[in-house]
Amino acid sequence: MIGIVSYGTYIPKFRIKIDEIARIWNEDANAIKQSLGVFEKSVPDVDEDTATMAVEASREAVTRAKIDPKRIGAVFVGSESHPYAVKPTATIVGEALGVGNHYFCADLEFACKAATAGIQICYAMVKAGMIEYGLAIGSDVAQARPGDALEYAAGAGAVAILVGKDPIAVIEATVSYTSDTPDFWRRDLQPYPSHGGRFTGSPAYFRHIINAVRRLMEEHGYSAKDFDYAVFHQPNAKFPQRVASMLGFSEEKIADGMLVRVIGNTYSASSLMGLCGVLDKAKPGERILLASFGSGAGSDAFAIYVTEKILEFPRNARVWDKAKSGVYIDYGLYLKHRRMIR
Amino acid sequence: MKVAIIGVGSTEFGELWEKSFRSIFLSAGLSALEDAGIGGKEIEAIYVGNMSGGKFIDQEHIAALIADHSGLAEFGIPAVRVENADASGGSAFRQAYMAVASGIHDIVIAAGVEKVTDANDPMEILSTAIDQEWERFVGANLPAIYALIARLHMHRFGTTEEDLAMVAVKNHRNAVHNPRAQFRREVSIEDVMSSPYVVEPLKVLDCAPLSDGASAVILASEEVAKKLCDTPIYVDACTQASDYMSIQNRRDVLTFEAVVRASREAYKIAGIEAKDIDVAEVHDSFTIAEILAYEDLGFAKKGEGMKLIREGETEIGGKIPVNTSGGLKACGHAVGATGIRQIVDLVLQLRGEAGKRQVNADKALALNIGGSGATAVVSILSR
Repeated sequence: MIGIVSYGTYIPKFRIKIDEIARIWNEDANAIKQSLGVFEKSVPDVDEDTATMAVEASREAVTRAKIDPKRIGAVFVGSESHPYAVKPTATIVGEALGVGNHYFCADLEFACKAATAGIQICYAMVKAGMIEYGLAIGSDVAQARPGDALEYAAGAGAVAILVGKDPIAVIEATVSYTSDTPDFWRRDLQPYPSHGGRFTGSPAYFRHIINAVRRLMEEHGYSAKDFDYAVFHQPNAKFPQRVASMLGFSEEKIADGMLVRVIGNTYSASSLMGLCGVLDKAKPGERILLASFGSGAGSDAFAIYVTEKILEFPRNARVWDKAKSGVYIDYGLYLKHRRMIR
Repeated sequence: MKVAIIGVGSTEFGELWEKSFRSIFLSAGLSALEDAGIGGKEIEAIYVGNMSGGKFIDQEHIAALIADHSGLAEFGIPAVRVENADASGGSAFRQAYMAVASGIHDIVIAAGVEKVTDANDPMEILSTAIDQEWERFVGANLPAIYALIARLHMHRFGTTEEDLAMVAVKNHRNAVHNPRAQFRREVSIEDVMSSPYVVEPLKVLDCAPLSDGASAVILASEEVAKKLCDTPIYVDACTQASDYMSIQNRRDVLTFEAVVRASREAYKIAGIEAKDIDVAEVHDSFTIAEILAYEDLGFAKKGEGMKLIREGETEIGGKIPVNTSGGLKACGHAVGATGIRQIVDLVLQLRGEAGKRQVNADKALALNIGGSGATAVVSILSR
């Protein structure tokens, strides 16, 4: 049985409210909150970036697993805000954790789904007997041009998933659905991403998630009622709500994963943050559907089954507690924290 | 020579992301040919309305492209693209009509096509339909011009934002039963009133969407039509007029003189009056434009257009049903295709093939407008 042996999360301390961003752009905050289902978002400190957040989340995962970091045979960091264009984030993380030098390592990029691709790679490597443990990390300081609609939800956070044998949650099955769809992108040397407006919806997010999940269900004989929880990528709260209803999942089944409402879209960490929110309360014998989405575009779907091991697994501090405790800053400080003014 | 429409076809209007420019015009053209029961080799000329292929998809020389991809380049027939902003479709229809009426051609196709969802900022492109030097450069765009008109109409005649909202509500209700409409859902007055302002007093739900879509009709001389077709629909008149491009030069900002001139001439040619029209498709690119159309077409006196919508006279079942297709507002506005799409929907009405939108009609009128009214094309059709 191969699956999630441990997990760790990191959400930076600062928050900015949608009302504050809307105040700057003279937009209707209530209409935006209503349409996105997002109320505030996380903001990193001036000295935090994708690498530091990845280290924080990984340290929590390794500490909770109570293993010698040297037993980790692979480190993959998925992000669309790697600090370097050339030079990996993952080596910074491996070095900080004390993984040693004999490990497989790479940075991954697939918009918001690079980290779930990392989990699939780690799962395959453990299954192949190449490694004992693999660490898949999603970490992002989400980029958004000031004034762009993206700015209301682009948050910051990291999740580390330690994959290995004898897990707290078994990965029963995983499938992917991929196509060349330009719904959201950032060209080399550009500071902020571009997006296709409504084109990011039905031809991108919905098509890919629905096809991945349907294939997972068909190939492995699941139906919606076999899952106690469902977690979908969360660019806002409305998309996961709609895709859940399209796939036959109730609001209750997605509620525990809807971190986006209070921390925004943490891009590569987004769906995994939701998964951790669910794992924080899941009981043995429960099954979780996870479906990430990465623009460009693809979705990775997983059937995850919680084992007895979770009862002895240290789950504090829980993700929702981290998400709900924050310090509010205004737009000026936000610009400084995001290093748009220096 | 009398001219008849013997075949019509149209794609769905909307955000057709999975379809290309060429695939939508092919689809519309083929369904028109199929409807007419003829093959491509019988077509003698192509007239195609398209506003801005060059800006929307970097493609000019569209008529030849259409001839090529529809397999008609084989026969070497002439193909002409007509551009008159969003009156391109209506203007192409008029060119096709004149070609048959003059006796030069026996069977021609008039089409309209626009692909807007591949472009970066279609709203900017649409605003190239107003005067760049006198209007655009000083900060106006197309919605702003219509908003000025709406404000003045409210000030002078007491039209309200609720009156405008009622136009959107009616057109959405009609679109529910139109299988090719972009928005097949009803909206309430409250929905319209609470939608965000685009340019005061016009809100999001006062504005037609920008849509992808293509439509085509086959025109033939009466003699040929009678041989090929059991239900020819006759073109009693097809007229076109121009007005000053920018609104500050017009005698009255609240009158689209081009609409008045084209419609009066059309009524004269057809030997009818405004009150004889049983059903109309008008150019509601903004809800205020439908109110103006009621007045300028002579369905209502100037300043009383809002009374028609208040009293339900332009709904299906009313005295003069307008935009039974859903209009530009709810059926969608595939700019260069709209003028042809209006003809398609009126032909379906006159043939009795409009399904749940069917009204009892012998005489139908289409009004296609370019930009803020500098071009107007009026067509009158009958059974």
